Amino acid sequence: MKFGVLINEGPYQHQASDSAYLFCKAALAGGHEIQRVFFYHDGVNNSTRLTEPPQDDRNIVARWSKLAADHGVDLVVCVAAALRRGIKDENLAPGFRISGLGQLVESGIQADRLVVFGD
Amino acid sequence: MSAPKKFMFVNRKAPYGTVYALESLEVVLISAAFEQDVSLVFADDGVYQLKKGQQTKGIETKNFSPTYRALEGYDVEKLYVERESLEARGLAEEDLIVDVTVLGSAELGALMGEQDVVLSF
Repeated sequence: MKFGVLINEGPYQHQASDSAYLFCKAALAGGHEIQRVFFYHDGVNNSTRLTEPPQDDRNIVARWSKLAADHGVDLVVCVAAALRRGIKDENLAPGFRISGLGQLVESGIQADRLVVFGD
Repeated sequence: MSAPKKFMFVNRKAPYGTVYALESLEVVLISAAFEQDVSLVFADDGVYQLKKGQQTKGIETKNFSPTYRALEGYDVEKLYVERESLEARGLAEEDLIVDVTVLGSAELGALMGEQDVVLSF
């Protein structure tokens, strides 16, 4: 099955990004396709390479970057939400790209299921 | 282009205090531009998004409630409000700034079951 994923919450504050990541890993391991992961609202904060968690904690941002590198998953950050929160191309982590909300709607159209992670 | 999909936006949060309502509205407008079959649901504190007479000057935040009245111009005309949420907050249909269809939670649930994409904000 082809899944689109939407993440509406930031890292560390909320479990949405962790759950979405684990969902993506499980889906890929099960032979499914992750058509796109779209980051919206505070979810855009998952994409900044300036994140530096303590060493004994998971690195949520780097984990997404690795997923993109290993599986070619398209990680898209909403431009309007990103600019509101100080996320720009120059502080974007590897594997992410900034684009418009049309990419989210397209995900809903192209994927068999769009799965929302957030409150 | 393939047949439009049924997109339902479920708005469950108060209009101010968090950015969900405003950013939900932004996706709604984009979905309409993609010519999808769009409907909106207002439930829980989300019913306050449609409350008449919003004044936001005191919190230095933009009052975006007039945008709901503009949705018609984007062919977004299916607005559903959950009856239980309205009643629990002492609100009635005439307190709202747009024409809506008020449905009970069971009817809304059935409608959700018919959708291709449900986005909850």
